[in-house]
Amino acid sequence: MNDDSLLDLEFEIIGGDFNQAGRVSTRLKSILKEVGFNPQVVRRVAISTYEAEMNVVMYARRGVLRFKASPQRISIVIEDEGQGIENIEMAMKEGYSTATDEMREMGFGAGMGLPNIKRNSDRFEITSEIGKGTRLKVTIIAGDGTRS
Amino acid sequence: MEPEAENIRYYHTLKILEEKCQGRMRCMRKCPTQAIRVRRGKAHILEELCIDCGECINACPEGAIVPLTDPVEQTSKFKCRVAIPSPVLYSQFSVDIHPPEIFAGLKKLGFDYVGDASSACEAMSMALRIYLEEHTGPWPVISSFCPAVIRFIQVEYPGLTEHIIPLEVPRELAAKEIKLELSRKLNLPLEEIGAIYLTSCPAKAVSIRQPAEKEKSWFNGSISIADIYNPLLSAIMSLREGEFEDDLNQPSAIGMGWKVLGGTCSFLESGNCVAVSGIVELTRILDDIEKSKLREVKYVEASFCPEGCIGGPLAVENAYVARVKTIRLEDRYGKRPRLQEERVRQLYHEGHYFLERRIQPRPIKPLHPDIAKSIALMKEKEKIYNLLPRVDCGLCGCPTCLTFAEDVVKGLLDISDCLYNSIRRRSSP
Ligand SMILES: Nc1ncnc2c1ncn2[C@@H]1O[C@H](COP(=O)(O)OP(=O)(O)OP(=O)(O)O)[C@@H](O)[C@H]1O
Ligand SMILES: [Mg+2]
Repeated sequence: MNDDSLLDLEFEIIGGDFNQAGRVSTRLKSILKEVGFNPQVVRRVAISTYEAEMNVVMYARRGVLRFKASPQRISIVIEDEGQGIENIEMAMKEGYSTATDEMREMGFGAGMGLPNIKRNSDRFEITSEIGKGTRLKVTIIAGDGTRS
Repeated sequence: MEPEAENIRYYHTLKILEEKCQGRMRCMRKCPTQAIRVRRGKAHILEELCIDCGECINACPEGAIVPLTDPVEQTSKFKCRVAIPSPVLYSQFSVDIHPPEIFAGLKKLGFDYVGDASSACEAMSMALRIYLEEHTGPWPVISSFCPAVIRFIQVEYPGLTEHIIPLEVPRELAAKEIKLELSRKLNLPLEEIGAIYLTSCPAKAVSIRQPAEKEKSWFNGSISIADIYNPLLSAIMSLREGEFEDDLNQPSAIGMGWKVLGGTCSFLESGNCVAVSGIVELTRILDDIEKSKLREVKYVEASFCPEGCIGGPLAVENAYVARVKTIRLEDRYGKRPRLQEERVRQLYHEGHYFLERRIQPRPIKPLHPDIAKSIALMKEKEKIYNLLPRVDCGLCGCPTCLTFAEDVVKGLLDISDCLYNSIRRRSSP
């Protein structure tokens, strides 16, 4: 495969910026649709990038989303500088959330984000260091390169 | 998706009259799916992208874009002709003209029967409530009655088709019930009964000729309310006493409300239903659903036209006034149920209210069928876009610089077709 057939994109995410939140996943989604990825693959990318983006907005100062897509697989890495996660096992549980009252007012904090990302990905890795930040790697198998 | 999907020709009811078109690009700028290009001074519709919403009809100052509904005269090939007006029609006349007069007027125009669709709307309201009680996800579900929305989802949000409620739309249910009943009563085969829909909506005319959810519509044609309005009004004015009879049991006030924005929500528990309309808000909410963001919402009533069907492009009355008139009609006829919920429940579980098949995605053709090549073209497009002025002047005949870049990578235009750039180049030393 030559480099031409590899999408390689990078986006910045700013912590605390609820106004812009969700932009990155909207942008990615429209690119993938245009390229012609399977609608369900696009949907899974939209959900997982949105949730990851929101977590950076809510719990970190800033972050970067690196997006790579080949016809066969999509890999997304979201790395942030922020508070980090104390207990990853807990954080992965449905319903667990440390969201503030303010965030809950805005409709976040159901504790569904990370479990949703995991459900929508084929591979999911998460590492975190308290006080430094969190790194998420999500892989989604896109198919055999032809349109399904 | 079926592999043949590539070759399907989509039927559209919008036609551009070349001899009238002055190439003024109003339609191109108004089109919500960027499906219009102007080439050599004439507008063209890209069939694959068109969702038949009809925005372009009213945008054209020359009246060069016309809906291909059936002419009023041309429905005579059936033994029995039945008109089924959308309840929108009830709100198009002055407040002292009531549905029975409208029905009598339609008969004067030559229809053998007139069917009322509001009762089917009421049945579908109940069916919708049962559906929401029994559905287990995915949430939220999206209403199925607006064909422009359905086509918009099929084309731009193909991943969301499974959110569309698989319930039949009231107009089809009405046509089915009325035709079956007439066939029994008159002892006529179904083919001899022609059901004509009177509509404010070009997208419904398309959906009647090429339904998204079944082989064939129960209707045999459609007439634009705007086209039939004048002859109908004269027919109504010429009615004499005794030519119609008022019956406060019909039509159904609950059913009439469907046609107004928020009408279907008013019948449901309001806490988790939203009514959305207009392309900007629809785009926002569909984006949110696609990200699974709308967790609290269970039901989305989605109409393309800002005020709902009463604001359709082929309506005559101002949408806001039509809304008030609908409210007055609702008061007159009383918002009590005409149908027995038990009966509807039973029919529901027998499958009476369901679509023949679920709505399938109809995604936009990608830049190239091979994803690897498509990605390469995508990058090429990005490069071209960066060379453009990005002011969306439209002089090239594309609605935006981005669509221009797309047409260049598709080989339809050359980068030198950007007039803005060539003028800039010429005027710089
Ligand atoms: N990037 C991150 N940095 C620091 N903490 C995080 C990060 N992502 C998640 N967490 C922690 O993990 C918890 C669970 O995250 P998850 O996304 O599953 O739910 P939530 O964000 O609390 O609520 P929801 O996503 O449903 O709005 C969060 O409450 C937070 O404590
Ligand atoms: Mg979260």
